[in-house]
Parts: sequence; structure tokens; C-alpha cells
Amino acid sequence: MDFLQPTTWSEALTLRAERPDALAIAGGTDVMVDLNFDRRRPGALLDLGRVAELREWQVAGDRVRLGAGVSYARVIEELGTQLPGLAMASRTVGSPQIRVRGTVGGNLGSSSPAGDAHPPLLAAGAAVEVASAARGSREIPLGEFYTGVKRNALAPDELIAAVLVPTATGPQQFSKIGTRNAMVIAVAAFACALHPDRRGVGTGIGSAAPTPRRAPDAEVFLAGELEGAGLWESRGELPETLARAFGERVAAAASPIDDVRGSAAYRLHSLAVMARRSVMWAWAQYQHDLRKAA
Amino acid sequence: MRITCTVNGTGQEVDDVWAGESLLYVLRERMGLPGAKNACEQGECGSCTVYLDGEPVCACLVAAGQAIGREVTTVEGLADGERLHPVQEAFVECGAVQCGFCTPGLVVAAHDLLERVPRPSDPEIREALAGNLCRCTGYEKILDAVRLAAERQTRR
Repeated sequence: MDFLQPTTWSEALTLRAERPDALAIAGGTDVMVDLNFDRRRPGALLDLGRVAELREWQVAGDRVRLGAGVSYARVIEELGTQLPGLAMASRTVGSPQIRVRGTVGGNLGSSSPAGDAHPPLLAAGAAVEVASAARGSREIPLGEFYTGVKRNALAPDELIAAVLVPTATGPQQFSKIGTRNAMVIAVAAFACALHPDRRGVGTGIGSAAPTPRRAPDAEVFLAGELEGAGLWESRGELPETLARAFGERVAAAASPIDDVRGSAAYRLHSLAVMARRSVMWAWAQYQHDLRKAA
Repeated sequence: MRITCTVNGTGQEVDDVWAGESLLYVLRERMGLPGAKNACEQGECGSCTVYLDGEPVCACLVAAGQAIGREVTTVEGLADGERLHPVQEAFVECGAVQCGFCTPGLVVAAHDLLERVPRPSDPEIREALAGNLCRCTGYEKILDAVRLAAERQTRR
């Protein structure tokens, strides 16, 4: 096994193209487990940890361009205002030792349906920026990025450069079910985002389908009801019946399985509960939010 | 592959390291530093916690090559010669040790917490130590030790 250690992004892309047998490694929190347990023996490791560009984030228009190598710890510390949903989810990742190493780009690369970053990124309407030496950069809407269990739309010669996340214009929430607060792989997870600027609602479901996914019917339903009742302007109470109906629609969008972490039935039940609660919390924040909708 | 890095303030160089090897393996088996413990090998237990460029990490999840040119501090590097670090003293005094296997990782994690947050609240202590498993003591004595070390450090 070779250890490839590029120090620039262009060098990384060249190596990626030259070595299709290389496995990309960033924080190592997924990749090293597979190596330690003899589950994978790639021809090479492509260490992206020395590529400084990947560790940067900037505001680009109405989005945050989050470099693939930014750690969860930094998302929590630096991006709580711009990307509140992702910051909340990041805080539930593993432990301090994991959050300081693990990266959002790594979560996307692994594409586990249980990855904690996926639901808030879906709810926010994020896109993945990928690149290759031969064809340059392209943007993949997140919903099209996940193609199966631990599979994604990345071509063999591509690397993940960044995730492009619309800056929050309203409250965002994240919920996750597990056996304890720390070190938990989600039994089920849910994220929602209110987008008062376009009177929209975003959702993201984790650990309850072959891939992370949105609940489009629930989004359209809730946005329509809020509009119909004039609640975006009045910021009045969100009827509990409405939150409950939203939760049921979220659960209906999932297609979970029974596995060691939980049953499909429990996942559906917990999703409905998490979605109801999350949207109530988000709405309560919206009611108290003094910022004017854009 | 050759690995050169600084460990506990001393330059180290080891050869013939396999590319898939972890920093933990290099520390324990090639550099003779068995303080960081090898248990779960998947980042769940925290018993291999060391500092990498000042940040607490699970050494089992760092590829050896990722440590090239970096500064590593292990539990062996916390004491001042024969004089234990206050966090270590507090673990001894509070009886925060039973079988001792989790102790090095917990000491490093607690050391890091007190460097960043000199007077941590109980929830802060719990969150900071959430990645370190102890299967003997039930954590109460460990929490006592962190509180005692915090008290002593801030009194100085």
C-alpha cells in the first residue's frame, strides 16, 4: 500500500486520476476503522489532510462554501450562525476526539445513510462541489449525490472539493435518536429548516432509507398550510395538529429496515415524533426571531 | 515508509512503517510508548487519546503518515519528570483508577478540557469526557478527579 500525500488541490486531483486504486482519507474516522478491521486494503491511501484549500470556508453570495476538510469541531465553533442545522448535527457526532478530526467532506464521501451531516444539508438545500483534473469542477445537488447505501455520484477520478450550503434565513433544527448522547450512530435522525425568505420548508431524513433523503410531500404540505393560514406574517402559534400531520408525512417519506440499531417500525415512529417536535421548536424560534425575513 | 515527528518534545524517526498503520501502533510498537492504550481500534473508547498538534485525537484513527512532521504528546509527556501533572495527581488522590486501562486516555482528555476551560461545569466535564469509556469505576471518581484538578489549577 502506498501513502500519497499531496500538498495542493491540483496535485490531489492528478493523483486521484492516476491512482484509481487509492482510497481518499481526510480525518480518518471512517477509513481507519476499515483498515484496522481488515475490511479494506486499497492500493494506496490518498491523504487530503495537507491540502490547505480544503480546510477553508468562505461566504460566496447567499451560500457558504464549506471546504471538504473542515472539521465538525470548526463547524460548531465558526458556523453556528450561518449554518445552525449543520452545527447542531455536528455537535452530536461521536466525541470531542472524533469531531476534531472528522470532516463534513468525509461524511459525504462515506455516504452512509446514518451520517449526521446529511439531514441538515438536505434541509438547507445544499449542493456538493466535486472536481477532477480532466474536467474541472461540477456541482451536484445533494439529493442527486447519494445513489445507494454508502454509494454516491462521485466519478472514479473525482474528489469532493466543498459543500455549498445556503446561508440560513430562518431557524433550523436537528434531532437524532440513539442509546446515549455521545458516540451514537443514529437510529434515526431528522432535520428541518424554515426558509421565510421564500416561504419554504426544508427536510432531511437520516438512517431511515438506503440513502439520506428529503420528505418533499411534507415540505410542500407544511409550506402550503403556513401560507394559507397567513402564519409567515402573523408569526402566530403553529397548531399542534399541523405539526403532527407534518410528522406523519415525514415518516411516510422514509423506507427503513430492521437492523441491529432498531426496527423499521421504531424508526418510523421516532421520525414522526422528531419531525413534529423539531418543527415546533423551529417555529417557536421563528416567532421570537427579530430578524426581518428577507 | 519513514515517519518523522516530534513526540513529547523529542524528534522521532522510524522506518518501514506500513502505509495503513495507525499512529497508535507506531507509538506503542515502534517507539516504545505504551501509555496510549489499544482497545477498540474504532474511536469508540478513547483509551488511545493523544494530542496531535495540540488537539486531542484517537491515535487509532490517525494514519501514521498523517503524523509526519507533526507534534504528538502522549500521556507519558504530561508529567514534569518524576512530578505528576495535577490532573494525574488528582486521579491518584480521588481513586479515579480501578483497572487503569482507560486512565491514560481520560487523563489526556481531562488535561485538554482544563487547558481550554479552567473551571468547567459538570455538563462540560461530561461532554468533554464523553468519548472515553471506563468499564470499572462508574465515572463518579473520575468526575471528582477532574473537579479537584480544576480547583487546584485555578487556585494557583
